[in-house]
Amino acid sequence: MTLSILKENIKGIETEEEKLRIFCELHKIIDTYRGTTGAPIRILQKAQELCGYLPEPVLMLISKELNLSLSKLYSILTFYHFFTTVPKGKYVIQVCKGTACYVKGGQKILDTLKRDFNLEPGGITEDGKFSLDMVRCLGCCGLSPVIAVGNDVYRKVKPSQLKDILSKYK
Amino acid sequence: MITLTIDGEEVTVSEGTTILEAARRINIKIPHLCYMDGLVPHGACGICLVEVEGERNLTRSCVRPVQQGMKVYTSNAKIRNIRKMLLELLLSDHPTDCFTCDRSLNCELKELASNLGVKTIRFEKSRNQRRKDETSLAIIRNPEKCVLCGRCVRVCNDIQTVGALDFANRGAELIVTTGLKKGLGNSECVNCGQCIHVCPVAAITEKKSIDDVWKAISDPTKHVVVQEAPAVRVALGEALGLPPGTLVTGKMHAALKKLGFDTVFDTNFSADLTIMEEGSELVKRIKEGGALPLITSCCPGWVKFAEHFYPDLLQHISTCKSPQQMFGALAKTYFAERSGLNPANIVSVSVMPCTAKKFEAQRPEMCSSGYRDVDYVLTTREIASMIKEAGIDFENLPDEPAEKLMGYYSGAATIFGVTGGVMEAALRTAYKLITGYDLEDIDIEPVRGMRGIRTASVEANGMTIRVAVAHGLGNARKLLEEIRSGTSPYHFIEIMACPGGCVGGGGQPLGFDITLRNTRGRSLYKEDKNLPCRRSHQNPAIEKLYMEYLGEPLGEKSHHLLHTHYTPRNGAADLNEILEICSKPI
Repeated sequence: MTLSILKENIKGIETEEEKLRIFCELHKIIDTYRGTTGAPIRILQKAQELCGYLPEPVLMLISKELNLSLSKLYSILTFYHFFTTVPKGKYVIQVCKGTACYVKGGQKILDTLKRDFNLEPGGITEDGKFSLDMVRCLGCCGLSPVIAVGNDVYRKVKPSQLKDILSKYK
Repeated sequence: MITLTIDGEEVTVSEGTTILEAARRINIKIPHLCYMDGLVPHGACGICLVEVEGERNLTRSCVRPVQQGMKVYTSNAKIRNIRKMLLELLLSDHPTDCFTCDRSLNCELKELASNLGVKTIRFEKSRNQRRKDETSLAIIRNPEKCVLCGRCVRVCNDIQTVGALDFANRGAELIVTTGLKKGLGNSECVNCGQCIHVCPVAAITEKKSIDDVWKAISDPTKHVVVQEAPAVRVALGEALGLPPGTLVTGKMHAALKKLGFDTVFDTNFSADLTIMEEGSELVKRIKEGGALPLITSCCPGWVKFAEHFYPDLLQHISTCKSPQQMFGALAKTYFAERSGLNPANIVSVSVMPCTAKKFEAQRPEMCSSGYRDVDYVLTTREIASMIKEAGIDFENLPDEPAEKLMGYYSGAATIFGVTGGVMEAALRTAYKLITGYDLEDIDIEPVRGMRGIRTASVEANGMTIRVAVAHGLGNARKLLEEIRSGTSPYHFIEIMACPGGCVGGGGQPLGFDITLRNTRGRSLYKEDKNLPCRRSHQNPAIEKLYMEYLGEPLGEKSHHLLHTHYTPRNGAADLNEILEICSKPI
């Protein structure tokens, strides 16, 4: 196979055969929704399910098949918080910046993650283990400041505890 | 018809008219920013707010259709205050480097602030710093200055159907950007520069070469030659304060000499040369059965568009280089030999109405002379600013001719600068090549004018040559889809990327108004009419070039210096293959 698009990086998918399988899968998805209302959004949603995020070659294929410019597609996907063009980590850290958590030091947690782990909202650590999302409320303001790692919720977190918390995840 | 009252005055307009348009009929100019003639209204900025009696909220007059009996007020204390506040908010996010700004003398935002009487800005500057997009060889975007009016997005998507730019994110994070923020240079942008024309501020500008050219001029070891495209001579005067459409060929040549260019030539010469080559190519394809329709290749915006969106039709595009590149190749070969100069010491500069020419000159294949054929490309606006900088009294310059060797030109060459002109010029010569006689009715009216697509047919030796002309890439698509589906009845198609052709190129004095562009075009037709020689094949400088240097059109030397090839872009072919593989049942 000499197609340059198969050389493009898709995180978590190593071989070209595997990538080709993804593209064929994608093609089927696009065919299912082509011409229906809101097709681009539904296709983006399914594509993100398929790859965990929306990698560039996937977006290029969608753009080509729907005859929709890449900038238009980007416009759609950046409008919704749900979509992401960067891969998510093995564990997703959610830091709450809702009113209560913010007042109680949510920002300091974010600052520490940036300083000590080089992790910014929307970003991912180099080893791909953690990615960070900033959220507006996790629904337990009494426990603020709150963070969640994967499905685990941590209450009244101090920046100094972060190292210990994250070291639990392998 | 619908009758309404605006500021107490009754006006009757057709259904679907907006309040803003209706107000204009009775000479009420509602202030606006994101609205622009020729683009679909968007209602982004809110400056054109008006009050409709009985409605609680103000409404945006650029997107609000009129209704029977509507009573509209366009200026009262409440409206004026809100407009001012909206503008203050915009200004609070806008840099204040007006002195050194590209648009310091023609900024729509500044004018609006002045017109609306904004004297203070009550809001603190709040917007994050945003990085410039300098990925493109032709166009620079400065998002710091962007006011999010969306005009560039609309011209890029609706008029040019390129779609390199769009909005991304939302709310306070809203920006205009390219797909995946990869930058214009990595997008489908064809460098037509129409976005520069519609931008109200200096958020989009051309990538300048002024400093490089000054440096070359002041280097005594360099011999700097300059060529000027047809459309520059009907716009440079305008850029320097003369009425739009003023023809300034002689003054332009004189000014370039005064600026210090060593030899002043004229791109019109190589436009004639293009016709010789392209006309011969057309006749050859018709006689010997090559890919038809043949499509013109002078417009680098169109060429890149084809490489992105119609890679399957590249064999239809003439292999002729554009006049700029033909000239460049000859400047460092033919001219160098004739004048005994070392081509390594020649700096080849072009003055173009075009931003895409900057990209074209940098294409890797454009060095058939053994050197970069064209070193620097200046736009009409850039050369105007150099003339101002040098303190040249342009208006009172005496007319001077260009150097004959590569400066003499026919009327057919000068109309290259306007939509339909290349077609007309080509037909004048192709007719001669086919029949052996000169076309008697030399003014081919059906291909002139500003309609989006124009067609004509010419009888030659019992054969009907059918031709079509399109300007604006949205219009071009219609002709291209016909070719794709195998229903195109034409032999020859001219495509120019910019509405109006080169007279409306991305490097011209700013303005998106098609009437203004038409004025420039008419001026070119007038020059054509008044020239002693109006057919490319009768240009004595071209005859001399073939006799003494090139041999014959489509000959070996021509092939090497004057012809080129095209490349499918953006992995388009790749994606097609993937799609083919994916469509097969597994």
